[in-house]
Amino acid sequence: MTTPLEADLRVADRVEAAFTVAPGETLAVIGPNGAGKSSLLHAVAGLVDVEGHARIGGTDLLALPVRERRVGLVFQGQLLFPHLSALDNVAFGLRSRGTARAAADAVAREWLERFGIGDLAGRKPRELSGGQAQRVAIARALATEPDVLLLDEPFTGLDVSVQMALRIELGRHLRDFPGVVLLVTHDAIDALTLADRVLVLDEGRVAQVGAPHEVAAQPRTAHVARLVGLNLVSDGDDLIAFTPDAVTVSLAEPEGSSRLHWHGPVGTLAPHGDAVRLMVHAEPDLLADVTPAAAAELELVPGREVWLSAKATAVSRYAAGR
Amino acid sequence: MSDRLGRPPALLVVPAALATLLLLVPLVAMVASTDWRALPDHLTSTAALDALRLSLVTSTVAIVVCLVLGLPLAWLLARVDFAGRGALRALVTVPLVLPPVVAGVALRAAFGRTGVVGEPLLAWTGFAFPFTTYGVVLAHVFVSMPFVVIAIEGALRSADPRYDAAAATLGATRWTTFRRVTVPLAMPGVVAGTVLGWARSLGEFGATITFNGNYPGTTQTMPTLIYVTRQSDQDAALSLSLVMLLVSIGVLVALSDHWLGTS
Repeated sequence: MTTPLEADLRVADRVEAAFTVAPGETLAVIGPNGAGKSSLLHAVAGLVDVEGHARIGGTDLLALPVRERRVGLVFQGQLLFPHLSALDNVAFGLRSRGTARAAADAVAREWLERFGIGDLAGRKPRELSGGQAQRVAIARALATEPDVLLLDEPFTGLDVSVQMALRIELGRHLRDFPGVVLLVTHDAIDALTLADRVLVLDEGRVAQVGAPHEVAAQPRTAHVARLVGLNLVSDGDDLIAFTPDAVTVSLAEPEGSSRLHWHGPVGTLAPHGDAVRLMVHAEPDLLADVTPAAAAELELVPGREVWLSAKATAVSRYAAGR
Repeated sequence: MSDRLGRPPALLVVPAALATLLLLVPLVAMVASTDWRALPDHLTSTAALDALRLSLVTSTVAIVVCLVLGLPLAWLLARVDFAGRGALRALVTVPLVLPPVVAGVALRAAFGRTGVVGEPLLAWTGFAFPFTTYGVVLAHVFVSMPFVVIAIEGALRSADPRYDAAAATLGATRWTTFRRVTVPLAMPGVVAGTVLGWARSLGEFGATITFNGNYPGTTQTMPTLIYVTRQSDQDAALSLSLVMLLVSIGVLVALSDHWLGTS
């Protein structure tokens, strides 16, 4: 319970990643669809074929059958047993591991109370809202007191307001949880609010590992840059990140010797707060915020060729290496 | 709804109507030809009551055996990847298409007094299946098992195997998962398969009469009784058939109401 998870996992054609997670630490795994995030979780849980190791306290999880791994997996879409009540779902793991019915029910009820849904104990999953069902699913995974908690896109498919409430609630439970947490998400907010560290997957490989604020400030992949709303361009061995409002838009090539200018047709325009956000098909695609007045003056419409430039003082430049 | 796409063509409607008539007319004719005044006597004769009781008992015991043996087989076919699974599945369906009389001959070859299994069984225990109520049950099991296995396997297959994975991550053994997750999720299909198998068993004639003959009280079930009665007393045969028709309709109603979700 108080030992780290040291993993080096290779799932054929899906993902290859080595990482260590300390006890009590939450590692968020982010990346685009198909980057291998879920495969990584399923590999730790034992649901896909994998090579490598996942050691925790001297045992290699990969050498154990699924049911002996002491891993709690919260599936995408919950997968609550539809024929069992919320209480029986949460008690299922304890009863499977030999706890007597009454004792298992008592623990399960405690977990439901802790998630504020004690009064829903008798309901079947189809009688629960999405947020309630997700609470039951997380309680079900935690009730077995796993060494490793695996969360697969825990907020997908929920209303935004429900997501916010549940995120705060989950954060509280994760702080109390003594084991290792792996959180797969495609949402930057999850990574920034719930994780102690972020692991960025790109095309099945680890592209970046770091504290959430570091990753958000100096992203190494286009996907993460897009998630946190930054422009990211590479410049030799360096990467340059800058916000869309640091970009100046003009119709003529900007004067001066700065290399920080790009050329391309406007792709889309959309209101963004008080500004208008342009997506310009430069090399690469870049975002730029302009005032509505400027957008009108420059007669910005999709297809119009524009120049973009950024002041060297307004960008963040860092080495592209790992 | 379908009118928007044009009227259903006569080329399809006429054969469909003919098919309906072909299925319905014999049943209606049977009901219409029944001698209602003689009906109570026909149904309360010793032979009829014995046959009805024997039919119900043997079909019920047979379906219990089919479930106890067939549910595990269905699970194995649906959930475990092993060499020869396709071949085994094909094998299970053979009795489904086998003429019942051939099934009776095959059972004789295996369990007859001089059969491959029957002869040593007789030598060791003094017991032989043919011409006993046990033989009737054996014949029923043989013909009903494929219905039960195929129906339940289909139901198990359509139950999402990710629930099995969820149960495993929660520490459940495969047996616990089978008992508490897989079977409950497939329960409607399990019940449907059981009822279908029971109905098939109730109507079993060919294999039973070939393997066990036709002895009132021990091997004479309703279908065999109807068959022999019809040769001497057409009206009594009609009355007995009516009972079977009612039981069949009862089975259908029970299935559709409770498990097939007609509502």
